[in-house]
Amino acid sequence: MKYYVTQLCDKGTVAVDDTILVKGAQSAAGSKMLEGFKPLFSAEAVTRLEDKGYSISGKTNVGEFGLDLVGEFSYYGENDAELKGAAASLVAGGEVKAALGVDMNGATRRAAALSGVDFLKPTYGTVSRYGVISCAASGEQVGVYAKDAENVAEIMSVIAGHDDKDGTSLPAESYEYSVNEDVSAKKVCIIKELYEKADDAQKAKVDSYAQALKANGVTVETVSSSLFEIANTAWQILMCAETCNNVSRYDGVKFGHRSSNYRNIDELYVNSRTEGFNFLTKAVILYGSDVLSKNRYKDCYDKSLRVRRVVAEGIAKLAESYDAILTPVCSKASYEAYDIHEAFGKVFDESVFTAVPNLIGTPALVSGGVQLMGKHFGESTLLSLAHSVERKGE
Amino acid sequence: MIMNYELVIGLETHVELSTESKIFCSCGGHSAANEPNDCVCPACSGMPGMLPVMNKRVVELAVTAGLMLNCEISRYTTFDKKNYYYPDLPCAYQITQLNHPICTNGCVTLKTSNGARDIRIKQIHMEEDAGKLVHSGNASFVDFNRTSVPLIEIVTQPDFRSAEEVVTYLNKLKNMFRSGGISECEEGAMRCDVNISVSPEGSEEFGVRTEIKNMSSFEAIEKAIRYESQRHIDALEYETEELVQETRRFDDASGKTFAMRNKETEADYRYFPDANLMPIIIDDEWLEQIKASKPEAVDEKAEQYREAGISDKEIDMLISNHKISKLLDDTVALGCNAKDAAAWILTDCMGILRKAKKTVNELEVTAENLAAIIKMVDGGKINRNAGKKVLIAVIEDGADPVEYCKANGLDKQVDSSAVDGIVDKVISENAQAVEDYKNGKVKALQALFGACMRELKGAGDPTVIKELLENKLK
Repeated sequence: MKYYVTQLCDKGTVAVDDTILVKGAQSAAGSKMLEGFKPLFSAEAVTRLEDKGYSISGKTNVGEFGLDLVGEFSYYGENDAELKGAAASLVAGGEVKAALGVDMNGATRRAAALSGVDFLKPTYGTVSRYGVISCAASGEQVGVYAKDAENVAEIMSVIAGHDDKDGTSLPAESYEYSVNEDVSAKKVCIIKELYEKADDAQKAKVDSYAQALKANGVTVETVSSSLFEIANTAWQILMCAETCNNVSRYDGVKFGHRSSNYRNIDELYVNSRTEGFNFLTKAVILYGSDVLSKNRYKDCYDKSLRVRRVVAEGIAKLAESYDAILTPVCSKASYEAYDIHEAFGKVFDESVFTAVPNLIGTPALVSGGVQLMGKHFGESTLLSLAHSVERKGE
Repeated sequence: MIMNYELVIGLETHVELSTESKIFCSCGGHSAANEPNDCVCPACSGMPGMLPVMNKRVVELAVTAGLMLNCEISRYTTFDKKNYYYPDLPCAYQITQLNHPICTNGCVTLKTSNGARDIRIKQIHMEEDAGKLVHSGNASFVDFNRTSVPLIEIVTQPDFRSAEEVVTYLNKLKNMFRSGGISECEEGAMRCDVNISVSPEGSEEFGVRTEIKNMSSFEAIEKAIRYESQRHIDALEYETEELVQETRRFDDASGKTFAMRNKETEADYRYFPDANLMPIIIDDEWLEQIKASKPEAVDEKAEQYREAGISDKEIDMLISNHKISKLLDDTVALGCNAKDAAAWILTDCMGILRKAKKTVNELEVTAENLAAIIKMVDGGKINRNAGKKVLIAVIEDGADPVEYCKANGLDKQVDSSAVDGIVDKVISENAQAVEDYKNGKVKALQALFGACMRELKGAGDPTVIKELLENKLK
């Protein structure tokens, strides 16, 4: 598998996904559509890292617009049999201290789980999206891959904080991330419905993580909730609609790929986009276009917005009793290569584990191959829980 | 026999706002541009990674427009995306307001030949403009200067009954928006879509509605309405054609309207909320601030000027430009007479600008300086000609009026004996001119007068000097 699309230096400390802009370096989000696009500015998160002396090692390969499972469908890399995600693999191999990725539909969290590294998808609005090649604006966030919770916290404290250039950025100037909260009185719940969707190996991972937490004084209970399934349906609808809209600017007129075969403007649009996007992106565009159409808007898109509120209320209620939710990240321990025509359905099925934090803007931390979901601004609780387990393992 | 028909018209008017920067980025407006794509940044050209950031001034101007049109101001307002592909639209969507527009339910009263008419305003919403295509031979070029320039769209109920009412309404909007500093309403900065239907007089139901898109001159709008309403009447009366609900365009050259392609009229724009822009909350404090800075309604203002003795022609000039009406108000507030100050502004200041080939908006004079000049003239410290000299120095060189008078000896009190002496001196030194004058050449007096003024360095009272000259030459 090709890790870097563009390598910027030999001994960089942080790798950056190709969905995040680095000034002057091709930023194509894994798509032929953006081939040769070199941005005039860097993403805010990248600038903040560089200002603090972190060097950027390069642009890591991602699946086209981050829509696939773990980066298997990039225009710039082979479809490797061992699917683990480029940035996550670099962190796992100790090549870089950390990596930035855009968490939009779970690909980053799945990659972290499969590679055995940590990844934090932070609370929506805490990290600027300025310089993110945007797909699903209402739920995507820049997150951090690192080998453990301590390193995640270090990088997060650099990149988080208000940015005037992003209208969805929250007002706090900075955030503190701690791994040292006392976890002994914390309560964690396992969602029965999600647990049962995973294979035995994944269930075992959740079980042993629960044991480790318990050994640190954490209370772990199992609860039942139907919210996760409906949250996934709602998020797929919103995500496809927003992506369809956001990638509509790639039309062959201004930059990126333009078909050489056209006689008029309609053909320029159609042929450029037909040649430039892969099958999965096209499926997302068609699905998103459909749910926004006059006939479907009320029953699909508008309903999903209402579901978003219902899920947010339901999760907030759960959060009154529990400090975190423990779930699998993937249904199985590894993915095999598959045909892109099956991708839309596969991603939909797997996203049931990851959709809630995207839908309602809450944080989620992948560590030890499992996921801890928290409440808004509850990152330190998640990092401390993970840290308590990681420390024991050393 | 021919029945009487009633014309029913609704208007959608797009007005370009006078802001320093575009609606979602810090680029200057296209009026600042010299070359195509001069005022363009990664945001308004649709590059990935850029996010829209709301220009607060747009909200304030839209609210001000709403207050002027007696609208309810929404305290919660949101943006939506309207999707369509066109090369002048870099993101392939336009950011506009569908679900929660900023102003609703307004009303404006028109004075027409049939008396006062109320036009209800359905809503006002904010949106971004698109760019422009330039066609040349086989090629087309895109100019993004106008992309993301802020617009408000004012939508009326179908309350107009004649082309005359429409034009009266548009002129009223134009005056209001100019005087309110909302828009310059220059050519092309105000664009209209006109919805027309015709039905037999007294009928409860409206007839088939057609929409004529995108007209910017009032003359064209009036012509289009006259043509289109006649087309509807002919269709109803003589069954010349079957009317269908459709979008049409007006061709200025032929004076006719033509159906646009169906494809364009049946588009599904797939509107949905823009997740990049948070809802805007207009709280009491902000609303009060906007209300406090809102200029008076045009009608009240005109009445106030009329009472001060300013002529109707001058009033029109004043209320069509916020900058000069404000200068007048501020000068009056400093204790000057309104009629007098209006003459200083509309005659003297405008004359100086015309000479310098500058526009009204380039006028550089503060109310304080203007008032100082007027007071010096009124107080007899300097004469009016000298006052004008000072004004030129103030406008062109940013001089301080009092300092300038001192430095140039304009404020020197001239006693009548000194003037007398100068006049005698001029008469004795210009024998030829005196001779000419006495032989009936009236023009010669002007030359003598000029010579006196030069001697006095402009300080004397011209009326007194003229009188003295005439008396001495009798």
